[in-house]
Amino acid sequence: MQKVMRDVLVEKAVSLLSDGTVDRVLGWKRGEFSYDITPAVFESADKIRDDFVWNEFCGANFSKYLVAQTKKTEGKLLVFLKPCDTYSFNQLLTEHRFDREKVYAVGIPCEGMADIAKLKAIAGDGISSVESDGGKLCVTTVYEDAPVAVDAGEVLLERCVNCKSKKHAAYDELIGEEGEVLESGRFDEVEKLEKMTADERFAFWQNELSRCIRCNACRDVCPACTCEKCVFNNPASGAENKAAANSFEEKMFHIIRAFHVAGRCTDCGECSRVCPQRIPLHLLNRKFIKDIDSFYGEYQAGAEVGSRAPLVSYTKEDIEPSEVFDGRE
Amino acid sequence: MQRIGVFVCWCGSNIAGTVDVQAVSEALKSEPGVVFSTNYQYMCSQAGQNIIRDAIAEHGLTGIVVCSCSPRMHEATFRKTAAAAGLNPYMVEIANIREQCSWVHKDMPVGTEKAIILGKAAVAKVNLNTPLTPGETPVTKRALVIGGGIAGIQTALDIADAGFPVDIVEKKPTIGGKMAQLDKTFPTLDCAACILTPKMVDAAQNEKIRIFSYSEVAEVSGFVGNFDVKIKKKARFVREELCTGCGACTEKCPQKKVPNEFNLGMDNRRAIYIPFAQAVPKVATIDADYCNMLKNGKCGVCAKVCAAGAIDYKQKDELIEEKYGAIVVATGFNPISMEKFDEFAYNQSKDVITSLEFERLTNAAGPTAGKLLRPSDGKHPRTIVFVQCVGSRCASCSEKGKEYCSKICCMYTAKHAMLTRDKYPDTDVYVFYIDVRTPGKNFDEFYRRAVEEYGVHYIKGMVGKVSPEGDKLRVQASDLIAGKQLHIDADLVVLAAAIEPDKSARPLATMLTASMDTNDFFTEAHPKLRPVESPTAGVFLSGACQGPKDIPETVAQAGAAASKVIGLLAKDKLTGNPCIAHSDEMMCNGCSSCENVCPYGAITYIDKEFRMPNRTVAVRRVAQVNPAVCQGCGACTVACPSGAMDLRGFASGQIIAEVDAICK
Repeated sequence: MQKVMRDVLVEKAVSLLSDGTVDRVLGWKRGEFSYDITPAVFESADKIRDDFVWNEFCGANFSKYLVAQTKKTEGKLLVFLKPCDTYSFNQLLTEHRFDREKVYAVGIPCEGMADIAKLKAIAGDGISSVESDGGKLCVTTVYEDAPVAVDAGEVLLERCVNCKSKKHAAYDELIGEEGEVLESGRFDEVEKLEKMTADERFAFWQNELSRCIRCNACRDVCPACTCEKCVFNNPASGAENKAAANSFEEKMFHIIRAFHVAGRCTDCGECSRVCPQRIPLHLLNRKFIKDIDSFYGEYQAGAEVGSRAPLVSYTKEDIEPSEVFDGRE
Repeated sequence: MQRIGVFVCWCGSNIAGTVDVQAVSEALKSEPGVVFSTNYQYMCSQAGQNIIRDAIAEHGLTGIVVCSCSPRMHEATFRKTAAAAGLNPYMVEIANIREQCSWVHKDMPVGTEKAIILGKAAVAKVNLNTPLTPGETPVTKRALVIGGGIAGIQTALDIADAGFPVDIVEKKPTIGGKMAQLDKTFPTLDCAACILTPKMVDAAQNEKIRIFSYSEVAEVSGFVGNFDVKIKKKARFVREELCTGCGACTEKCPQKKVPNEFNLGMDNRRAIYIPFAQAVPKVATIDADYCNMLKNGKCGVCAKVCAAGAIDYKQKDELIEEKYGAIVVATGFNPISMEKFDEFAYNQSKDVITSLEFERLTNAAGPTAGKLLRPSDGKHPRTIVFVQCVGSRCASCSEKGKEYCSKICCMYTAKHAMLTRDKYPDTDVYVFYIDVRTPGKNFDEFYRRAVEEYGVHYIKGMVGKVSPEGDKLRVQASDLIAGKQLHIDADLVVLAAAIEPDKSARPLATMLTASMDTNDFFTEAHPKLRPVESPTAGVFLSGACQGPKDIPETVAQAGAAASKVIGLLAKDKLTGNPCIAHSDEMMCNGCSSCENVCPYGAITYIDKEFRMPNRTVAVRRVAQVNPAVCQGCGACTVACPSGAMDLRGFASGQIIAEVDAICK
């Protein structure tokens, strides 16, 4: 199935490139390992035919790449967007972060992406290849002769388990059938945290965040983090490298980041996907989203271009600060 | 490094009573940047200011901290002192150790410790202060008065008299307000219309005054000196410029069953109407809710009889945009609804009426042509019971009334009682009261005349119940002085209903960003010293929208508001506030968050070229703040995800330095 789709995407990319609609294609290519798929810009049909990859490890959200890529040339760039990516795409447009005219967006369907850590937990280390076969992933490792078949549904990324939408929020052209916005259980974990006592919750985050190595991968991948100069890189901000100072400030890095993206985070889940320490960073963002939904009515960042996020728009019906405070008791 | 001077004020014993001022000035001496620290009995006095001036010269101070009262009180004073000594006035910081410290603490060590902490925060901030220079903005020399009652009319006349153009926006088809509905006025008993209508005519004829009747304020933006206002002129389906007010249409209109709001529904008017004979503008208005032509296209009589051809069934609401330098709120009051006061049988009997309805019943232009007749059967009432404080001075837990005294009821009830006895000496008049409040010129004399000369029965006590029995109203009440229960069979019961601000006031307050109290009366900038200004610069208050008032008080306040407006409009330029936002273009990523939250529309975006490495140029969208429009509210600085927006004088770095100093 993935192979068929890969050929469809390659043909689409080659035809748009050859008819001059676009001059570059933003797609995926293989990295060091077969499950290590990385974004790449293709400029020729040959390269696309040779290197373009589409499989269950194409989790990367391309939206953020458009900020830098659209500045490079005057030509148009083809970008493939999974449903969840389109929300980031719209949010970046709302924030005037790239020129829509320079992008040709093709919406593609998505059955969910695989979480390599979950896969390794079942199939073991030393994975040499992963073949998709119906709903199964056939995993070959360097230690075993026979491939191990793993149910694809069992190794989905957290964000795919709790997929919020199979419907694209933006595209110029759509491949396949349009899906629906889904009822997901994405706030269940947040509710569990809310039910904890303050001490339990502190202990939970203490444990999670103490693993942070400040690699900045979460910030670098985050489509909401597109400041010209990040506060954590700005000596004048007074917060630069603060995380290194002590363990308390280590935690503040993630909390400050969650505040900075509050109301703009589309819950694309990239932060948790790329975290090498597997810190569930999406839970911080989801807590904000859940609170915003309950205080101001449901709001999905990036559902449409130009929408006014509740945190930056005032209405007379807005909740009073005292009610917000009482709600926490 | 700054050279900072610290000046701790005793404020007599106001601060020194609970704060060891000597300890505070000693402790602050060792703060970073502080080169001089002292304390004095009254820093705001001439001698105190001289200490500051001399210290600036002697120690070459670059910044000063005054630990004293709220900056609202004396920040301007000390800024002037600094400026006189050659120091930029924005290098002055106030640590509020009075309202926020000495007044709220009783314990000297606690108060002293807190005062030192507040002083340290101010020192930390001054260390990061930079000299600021305010800009100037021009003043639009036109005023807007919202509400065309006696308050609005008087304010407009006084402003126009000083030579400035002024517009009155009135939501009803005519100006005049509540006073036009009154019969006589206390304590002189002149006829309300006789003293009001000449003013209405003056307003209409004054070439500096424009009257937008049947209109409402739809939108307000801008700031003091430069308000942009959208006024919605509601369709009255009559062309004002053509209508002569002849009244032919109002006599021929076949729709005769429209409750006449001017007479509080006690008689009917037509669907096309002029509220009363002396209306200004004297122009007919079609009531779209009742007009057959507008509802189903079947009629058109008024258009046929109108010799001037003024009827226009296709008229639409019109939006007028105008600029103003100052806005006066004069939205007035209404009696509260009697719906919830079942004990007085207001809903059950037509003969239980409010005092305003009584005014119309005794007015020569009212539904009974001035004869006091019962609404139910048109008979002359022989026994009348007046009930005071209906809905006024209620317990705070009461859901149907107001806690405050409505102020005017004692006097108008005395007037009603007196006039009734004067015209109809065969009538028994009872007044039930909690207290009689007569603190005005000639007020108590007036009330005593009602009791002593006119024989009105004043009874201290409240009416518990009014029940209709046959053609009588059985009034059960208590006489607190005699200590007994009373039963009176009355023909008419008059309720002195509490008054409340007009319902239009609250949405208007939101539009004007003017503050209100819990009762929806507009709040004044200072209850004693700035009674006609709202805390929002350029917005002034006139009449009962600020609190219950009688006519002389309203007129006095109207004049005072006008004088404040004239003072503002007389200026060619206003000195702005230099504490405004600015964007660091190197950090701004053009996301529009600041533009979205700016309540003043002060932020715009430009595509700007930036020189980049290797002789390249990058074009980026960046925010720009219009310094004339920015009011320094700081909303953008917290919305900016990049930290590119900052507020001069209240920079994030300064605030954090204060917090750090407090938490250290």
